Amino acid sequence: MTASTLLAPQAKIAYEGAMTAIVVEGLSKRFGKITAVAGISFTVARGQTVALLGANGAGKTTTLAMLLGLISPSAGRIEILGHDMARARFAALARMNFASPYVALPARLSVAENLRVYGHLYGVADLSRRIRTLADELHLGDLLDRPAGTLSSGQKARLSLAKALINRPEVLLLDEPTASLDPDTADRTRSWLSAYRAASGCTLLLASHNMAEVERLSDEALILRRGEIVARGSPAALRARYGRETLEGVFLDVARAAG
Amino acid sequence: MAAGSLRRIWALVYRHTALYRRSWPRLLDFAYGPLMQLLIWGFTARFLAGHAGTMATISGLLIGGVLLWEAALASQLGFSVSFLEEIWSRNLGHLFVSPLRPWELIAALVVMSLLRALAGMLPALVLAVLLYAFDIFRLGPVVLLLFTFLAMMGWWVALGIVAFILRHGAGAEGLVWTVMFGLTPLSAVFYPVAALPAVLRPLALVLPSAHVFEGLRAALAGASPWREIIAAALLNLAWLGLMAVLFRWSFEAARREGALVALGE
Repeated sequence: MTASTLLAPQAKIAYEGAMTAIVVEGLSKRFGKITAVAGISFTVARGQTVALLGANGAGKTTTLAMLLGLISPSAGRIEILGHDMARARFAALARMNFASPYVALPARLSVAENLRVYGHLYGVADLSRRIRTLADELHLGDLLDRPAGTLSSGQKARLSLAKALINRPEVLLLDEPTASLDPDTADRTRSWLSAYRAASGCTLLLASHNMAEVERLSDEALILRRGEIVARGSPAALRARYGRETLEGVFLDVARAAG
Repeated sequence: MAAGSLRRIWALVYRHTALYRRSWPRLLDFAYGPLMQLLIWGFTARFLAGHAGTMATISGLLIGGVLLWEAALASQLGFSVSFLEEIWSRNLGHLFVSPLRPWELIAALVVMSLLRALAGMLPALVLAVLLYAFDIFRLGPVVLLLFTFLAMMGWWVALGIVAFILRHGAGAEGLVWTVMFGLTPLSAVFYPVAALPAVLRPLALVLPSAHVFEGLRAALAGASPWREIIAAALLNLAWLGLMAVLFRWSFEAARREGALVALGE
């Protein structure tokens, strides 16, 4: 018997709401005649890591953009940390953050200046200490005065992650977090994300093409095809269902089934 | 204004001032345009004064005109180039998913526009005194109002351009350098509105700038500029309201059509 089943109906709704970080119901996005996302629904419990998988054009980026408020849905509802994104997205955005190698930070600003800008934007208390802590944890201490544009790919990825963690987000959205990183740096980044989630209880939603990364980090994977969720489950459950040894095999089965 | 809003506005102002601290060519660029215009029109005024009238009158019309118009240009450029800096650095994607409200972004751009206009105009104002013995502030406090209303015009023109860029993408960024140029003939900077062809006069009179320059000429002639100043103020409010609505509509349309994602990457 779970705690939820012991509660009265109203308390049960509040309890489940408090335990759920992301609720997506019937989410659709059409651009003219093209349907990018076709009525998907899913929930992500607090502290869980969920991966969005899919071939190019499957709807991952559009889904992430709708969760972040960058794109307004054609239909459906998004609730993050109890906030309806159609009505109160700024309240949710203050408690979330986002990292992507495809969205840069100002190249001429130093690492410290970039973190200071985003620390102010997110209203971080005791910002100098927070920057020092993140710099220590992500090995950016010697780079704080360097312009962001002069950093290597791995250093930029660490800066992007530091920016994404500046406000101690309760929900962190990651788009291809290790794309363009060498295997060593990518491995360190995954280890760090794993440790951070365990320590902070942060909810992670990541879009990735790297199946090994998804297997290592995710509790659950959602596989999208043509804007619809066509498979979902833990990496182990998906492997068992499709009779494959790796998630990559599952992904190829699902992607090629599309014809 | 809530402390959170002030902090977010400060974050963007800090971001841009940090950029300028590290980039002296950008600072030089602020002052270059106003200084060159001042030199061209200042020497023109000196030449014409030798042939056609008193230095004081010609200077007032030409140097006063160019200084005020450069304030409008600097204000518009300060606002819209600060926005373009976010596109050029591919930083909009991070800004739009932060708790920064669109009106806070606009407020930060207004602050940057003021700082940039001050940095650009101060050298020109000083040089006008040193080279041509022309101190525009001799006209009295009314000059501050004239500068303010031209700066406001720069804001709403820039807001309209930013709205257009949100809707049509960074390909429209050339408008930042051309729209005010196109408004110059209608603004009657160096001549009265009456000098325009009759068909253009109604267009000129819906621009606050035409009233500001009519007001400047009235003040130089010793007449009351207040009728023109009030007209400029009311027109600015109307245009600001209209462009705010256009910006909001463009922002929501950009969210609907996914244009913010394209601008942010």
